[in-house]
Amino acid sequence: MLHNLQQLFRYRALIASLVARELKARYRGSVLGFFWSFVNPLLLLLIYTFVFTIVLPGVHPPDLEPFALFMFCGILPWAWFSSSLLEASNVLVAGGNLIRKVLFPAEILPIVTVLAGLVHFGLGLPILAGFLLYYRVPVAPVDLAWFPVIVAVQLVLTLGLALLLSALTVHFRDVRDLLSNLLTLWFFATPIIYALAQAPPNVQGLLNLNPFTHLAVSYQEVLFRAGPFTEWPRLLAVGGGSIAVFWAGYFVFDRLRDTLAEEV
Amino acid sequence: MTAIEVRDVRKIYRRYGRRRQFATLKSALLSGRLVRDLRPDETFEALRGVSFDIAAGQTFGIVGRNGSGKSTMLKLIAGIGRPTSGHVHVRGRVSALIELGAGFHPEISGRENVYINGMMLGLTKREVASRFDDIVRFAELEDFIDAPVKTYSSGMYMRLGFAVAIHVDPDVLLVDEVLAVGDEAFTHKCLDKFAEFRRRGRTILLVSHSLDLVTRFCEAALWLDAGVVRAHGDPKRVIDAYLMDVAAAEDRQLASGDRQAAAVAEAPLAVGRALSGSPGGPEGSAPQVADELPVISTAVDVRASEAPGHSEEPPDMFRAVEGRWGSREVEIVGVQLTGPDGVPAHVFQSGDAVEIRLRVHAPHPVRDVVFGVGIFNADGVCCYGTNTHIEGATDAELHGDGEARFTIDSLDLVDGTYKLDVAVHRENGAPYDYHRLLYTFRVKSRLREAGIFRPPHRWTFSGGVRMSGLP
Repeated sequence: MLHNLQQLFRYRALIASLVARELKARYRGSVLGFFWSFVNPLLLLLIYTFVFTIVLPGVHPPDLEPFALFMFCGILPWAWFSSSLLEASNVLVAGGNLIRKVLFPAEILPIVTVLAGLVHFGLGLPILAGFLLYYRVPVAPVDLAWFPVIVAVQLVLTLGLALLLSALTVHFRDVRDLLSNLLTLWFFATPIIYALAQAPPNVQGLLNLNPFTHLAVSYQEVLFRAGPFTEWPRLLAVGGGSIAVFWAGYFVFDRLRDTLAEEV
Repeated sequence: MTAIEVRDVRKIYRRYGRRRQFATLKSALLSGRLVRDLRPDETFEALRGVSFDIAAGQTFGIVGRNGSGKSTMLKLIAGIGRPTSGHVHVRGRVSALIELGAGFHPEISGRENVYINGMMLGLTKREVASRFDDIVRFAELEDFIDAPVKTYSSGMYMRLGFAVAIHVDPDVLLVDEVLAVGDEAFTHKCLDKFAEFRRRGRTILLVSHSLDLVTRFCEAALWLDAGVVRAHGDPKRVIDAYLMDVAAAEDRQLASGDRQAAAVAEAPLAVGRALSGSPGGPEGSAPQVADELPVISTAVDVRASEAPGHSEEPPDMFRAVEGRWGSREVEIVGVQLTGPDGVPAHVFQSGDAVEIRLRVHAPHPVRDVVFGVGIFNADGVCCYGTNTHIEGATDAELHGDGEARFTIDSLDLVDGTYKLDVAVHRENGAPYDYHRLLYTFRVKSRLREAGIFRPPHRWTFSGGVRMSGLP
């Protein structure tokens, strides 16, 4: 495993180039180009704002005002998470030609997908920052120091799941369809368009088992809510779990590695 | 020193059996035996215990039919797959020209693709940068390197892929059937590049259907057949053995073709009707022939038109496809081709002595008999045709069983596939039994001459001309 990570480090220039290519190729030929990275989350936010402030006004408690901003703190990282997993589950099948014909570590492909998602997430942050300034939300610098930690935890978790899913999809194409449904469920099982406190206590216990709950709550506490960052013990626990997930995901990927070129 | 060491390598591929669909994620994960947990009927053994060594600096060829395991072997050496058992050991950096331009992204420029492709093949960014100009010059894409790859022609695409792969500057170069990537000039350039590799003491492994290339380039060759090494050693001898086997296989194939032809001949009525009923013939000539023929047959012998075996002649002989027709007063019951040693064969060397044997049977005595033979090439051009009447035979007579042998002392045809017409007919051409293009044979030649016919010849030179190697 360590050897694999070492090898990945050797390929870092390739990974960087592939991420750049991914971003360039995605918007090549579209009029707005890179702006889509900003426009996409904005449009998503607009839709949720329409639903929750115009269609269903008053379902959220007043401490979540401005509600759009509250949702945005969760939607932005979620978009990174879900799109990375969906794309990663398909990336080995789509890059089949490459895996069959060229010798290079196949895990690069799902890793590039997740990292490209991270860049998109990063491009969405100025919009979030703009909203924070506009609404004059006081953000404590100490809290803000936690922000990279949250991102790092999410990165490790996403990478682990992406490795696992990408290798499994090669053998079981059902994973893709299963995953898109699972992600819908997962989205609603995460306090993104509602606050964790709004859920009944017994459901809260259930939601607490969801690792992304703690990521979302961490983002909300750091960026949106006033007061000290209290979620950190859970965040660190999720971090530990994420490393375990990454290890397990990489282990499965490594086990299946030899069969990938044949099955793809 | 060996550059590539292959020891008792077996490779078993799984086939998609029905059982697989019931395999669940859970069971696969828990057992962790995705590969081993297999029934034998779901596997295909692509390589069955292959061993060989390739010395460093050697140019080595692998030949074999499609599906013989050549490409699998190459992939194992490239490290893209792992052998099911046995081991493959390669010393030094490997670059595989297996699929050129795999991994090019159509939307981005050739320049960026060169960098990414080069890094995928194991170069660092700096190494790509230092070779970039050479790569572009070699691919002859100076003017297009900043255009997206999707705008490239397939030749440009392949050239760029080849240029990147070859500039990885590997210790071991694996080449799989990729020389057909460009025009003549580019192919020459590739061959020059291979020669340069050889001079610099690099190892080249070539998998090719171009036997010529293997004989010319390689110091040793290996013949794989159904996953087993059939021959290994001097390329000339390996390829000769391979060619003999290919000829034998073709012979078997043509023999089974003849059995099918015989089956066609068994049902002459159906064929004859289908032919005469076909609306394709030119309106002017077709009815004329059709009207004329019955008149002739009735005039000479009334029984002919009523004979049970009778089938109609096609309206236009030159448009006719294979088939059999005739009155069957004389029947060709067997047609056999034999080679120089008198053994039935379908594949001959140019210049072989060949005999065509017609076994015939006439239930009643017949006095008006002509035997005819015609040889056609694959384009349908008649290479040669003759019959006993043209050659001046008289007083022909036939009753009961008999055999006619047409002996060709030297089959002076060029390499290719030929079809045979054999017939027994009256002097006026009315057929007793006409077998049209029912028999196939193949002529092999090591030379690649053009045309149809190979007259016995020799070259002689005088004055300042010097030449050697001619027979």
